Amino acid sequence: MSNDILLEVENLSKSFGSLKVLNSVSFSLRRGERLALIGPSGSGKSTCLRAINYLEPPSEGEIRLDGRVIGRRSDGKQMSDREMAPQRAEIGMVFQHFHLWPHLTVRDNVALQPRKVRGVKDADANKLALTLLSKVHLAHKADEAPQRLSGGQQQRVAIARALAQQPKVLLFDEPTSALDPELVSEVLNVIKELAAEGRAMVLVTHEIAFAREVADRIIFMDGGRIIEEGDAKTVLDHPTSPRLRQFLASLTLGENAHG
Amino acid sequence: MGETFPALLSQALLAGALVTVKVAAGSLAIAIALGLALAAILVLTRNRFAHGLIRLYVEALRNVPSLTFLFLLYFGLAAVGVKLSSTVAAIAGLGLIGGAVCVDIFRSGFRSVPDGQCEAAASVGLSPVTAFRLIVLPQGLRLALPSIGNYAISLLKDTSLVAAIAAPEVMFNARQLVNETFQTALIYGCAAVVYLVLTTAVAQSVLLVERRLELR
Repeated sequence: MSNDILLEVENLSKSFGSLKVLNSVSFSLRRGERLALIGPSGSGKSTCLRAINYLEPPSEGEIRLDGRVIGRRSDGKQMSDREMAPQRAEIGMVFQHFHLWPHLTVRDNVALQPRKVRGVKDADANKLALTLLSKVHLAHKADEAPQRLSGGQQQRVAIARALAQQPKVLLFDEPTSALDPELVSEVLNVIKELAAEGRAMVLVTHEIAFAREVADRIIFMDGGRIIEEGDAKTVLDHPTSPRLRQFLASLTLGENAHG
Repeated sequence: MGETFPALLSQALLAGALVTVKVAAGSLAIAIALGLALAAILVLTRNRFAHGLIRLYVEALRNVPSLTFLFLLYFGLAAVGVKLSSTVAAIAGLGLIGGAVCVDIFRSGFRSVPDGQCEAAASVGLSPVTAFRLIVLPQGLRLALPSIGNYAISLLKDTSLVAAIAAPEVMFNARQLVNETFQTALIYGCAAVVYLVLTTAVAQSVLLVERRLELR
C-alpha cells in the first residue's frame, strides 16, 4: 500500500432488496488525482460516490481514506452518524441539487462548518468564507439568501461550502445536471480551477468533454460494475468494451441531435 | 348589589377574559414545550421504548375527550388527595392534551424539511444533534407555524371547557351572571364577542410572525 494512495474503495457492493446496484466495485485515488465516473443512468455511479462518505451505506466492502477505514469501527460494525461525523468532515461533497441551507445567508452557508465542526472563531470563519466565495467569484453575494441566486451561483456556493471543510478529497455528484445549459460552464470552470490546484477529486458527470479535459483517469460503470477504466483520453478515444462504445456513440448522437 | 347590569357584565367578562388568557397562554406554553421536546426525541433517536412511550401518550390523550381528562385531573386527583386549584388543573390539563397535538405538528414540520438539507449537514461533518439544532429545527419550526397558529386558536376556544371545573374564565362567569340575571342572549352574545376579539388577536400575531420569518 503506497503512501501515494489517498482513497481506496475495495469490493464495494450495495443492494436494495434483491436489486444489486453496486457489484464489487474497487478503485483507488492517488493524492492530487482527478477521477471521473461516467456511465448511463442507473449504472451505480452516484450510489458509488455516495457510498464513499456513507450517505449511502454500502452493504459490503471497505473504504479507506489516508489508510483509515471510513464508516466502520474496528470490530467491523457500522458507525453511528455521530461517530462518522469527523470522518465525513474530511470529505467534501457537492450535490446535484446543491442543498444549500435556505435559512442562512450565503456567507453563513460557507462559514457554518468551520465554526461548528472545526471550532474556528467567528471572525476567522467569516474571513475564510469570504476568501472561498471570491474563489468561486461570488464574494459580492455573501449577504444574499441562497435562493435568490441562480442555479449556477448556488452550485458555486455549494463548492465553496465543501472547500470550507478543508477536505482531503472532493466528491462531485453530477454537479451540473440540474442546471440550465447556459449556467453549466460557470460551474465547470470553477471545478477546472480547483483541479488545476491539484486537489484530489472524484466526479460523477454526464459531461464527457469536461471529463476528458479535467480527469486524469476515467471509470466507466454499467449495471453496478466497472466495465472499463484507465487514462482519460485512452478510455474515451479507444474504448475496448462494446458497452462503452455504444454509450459514447449514444452521447454523440444526442449531441448531434441537439445541434 | 348596588351595581348596574352593564358594570356587572363588563366586570365578569373582563375578569373572565384575564383567566381565559392565562389558561390559554399557560397551556399553550406547556403544549409547545412538550410537543417540541417529544418531537425532537422522535426525530433524533431510534429508541423503540421512547417511541412507544410517546406514541402511548399521544394516542391516550387524543382519544380521551378533553372534558373527561380535565375531570380526571381535577376531581379524580382530588379524590386521591391531590388537590389542584381549578386554574392549575385547567392549565395542566389543556397543556398535556395540547402536547399530544403539538408532537405531531412539530414532527411533521421536521419531516417536511427536505432530506437533502440533512444530507448536506451530515456531509460537512455536523453531528446529528447539531444538524437538528442548526438546520432542521429552524426550517421545521417555520413549516409548523401555520398549524401551531390554528392549534392556538382552537385551544383558546377550548378554554371554555374548563368552566366545567369551575375555573373562573369567560364562560364560567357568563353562565353565573346568566343564572343571576337571565339576560341569556345578551350575556352569551358578549361572551362570543370576547372570544372573537381574542382569537382575532392570536390569528393576527401568528400572521405577523409568519411574515417576519418568511424566507426572502
